[in-house]
Amino acid sequence: MSDGIAILLTTVFVNNLVTIQFLGLCPLLGASQKFDSAIGIAVGTAFVLTLASAVSYIIESCILSPLDLQYLRLVIFIILIVSLVRISEIIIRATQPRLHALLPIFGISVPLIITNCAVLGVALINVREAHSFLQSIFFGFGAAIGFALVLILFAAIQRQQRASVVPKVFRGAAINMITAGLLSLAFMGFTGMGQ
Amino acid sequence: MKKFSKIARDGIWQQNPALVQLLGLCPLLAVSNSFVTAFSLGIVTVLVLTISNVVISIIRLILNEDLSLTTQITVLATCLILSDIALQAWYFELHHRIGLFVALIVTNCSLLSRAELSSSSNPIISSAIDGLMMGLGFFWVIVLMGTIREGLGSGTLFSNMHMLLGPAGKNLEITFSHNGFLLLVLPPGAFLSLGFLIALKNFLFDNRD
Repeated sequence: MSDGIAILLTTVFVNNLVTIQFLGLCPLLGASQKFDSAIGIAVGTAFVLTLASAVSYIIESCILSPLDLQYLRLVIFIILIVSLVRISEIIIRATQPRLHALLPIFGISVPLIITNCAVLGVALINVREAHSFLQSIFFGFGAAIGFALVLILFAAIQRQQRASVVPKVFRGAAINMITAGLLSLAFMGFTGMGQ
Repeated sequence: MKKFSKIARDGIWQQNPALVQLLGLCPLLAVSNSFVTAFSLGIVTVLVLTISNVVISIIRLILNEDLSLTTQITVLATCLILSDIALQAWYFELHHRIGLFVALIVTNCSLLSRAELSSSSNPIISSAIDGLMMGLGFFWVIVLMGTIREGLGSGTLFSNMHMLLGPAGKNLEITFSHNGFLLLVLPPGAFLSLGFLIALKNFLFDNRD
């Protein structure tokens, strides 16, 4: 259990998914314009990330490894992620129709979660690091919290930034990159916390 | 011919996947901390984009429209698995460094959207050229970033080329300083250097128009 919590803390702060490992940047730059939609994306991705880590572990250890089909891992994981996103969308639509109608307002679109490299990246890192089932879940959950933290921080910084004067050539993507760089620098401060 | 030159200009400059569309950022930022990794990933991207564009546009001729997204993802993933296995077989050390990001090219939105766009209206040759040019657009940005980050960050250039070229590559390393600006090799440096590159591109764009 303490092992799991160590993994959780390390993935949230020391090896933060976005600022240190560069996974999940597309939604960070695309969807964090509004504070509300940032929270929506964060919750949606957190759910899919944790679920995908668990299911991909089961598929890897029960189907791919015993049958020596590791080379199919990439295709299988992508199909898995696409179906997980679709299934969770269908479940929300069936059980919470009002919430489902609100999703586009929060900026949650299905493609945005699928094209999020974070989900695939976390599943692949789990395999590469040979995590156990519980470790995979903790890693997925920690990655999700780390992603949510950065996404919300970033959205808040952008809100502040709108009130300030930015040189013309830096407007738009360039200043976002530099903001992300400073955020990443701040996260570098956690290096060595795990030891 | 005019159409092809427009495709080329779009891919390499005007609609550059890395600088304008901001797609494929994870591999771009993560792998560009040294020249050799950036160069190798750039090559893989160019190859995969071109080949998968051709395959997809051929399959499209005989395929039901509804299946297009699934087919695209499968074709892309197949190309990537092949290049992953090839890397593992011939460039094992390199595979250890960039393997994860080769796999992540698949989620790269640029590949998906471009494959869709180009092969829906264009014949096979122009989608091949489109893939090639988009790939080259990504290639020059990642190689430039690799050069800048390695050159300023660790004060060397072409270090570890033996991972790509075998023992002959060991002599290629150029050292111009022994204490570089470490920040550029670390993750924040990736964001900062891309930010400045985009700003430079905006500057050039504004002055020309």
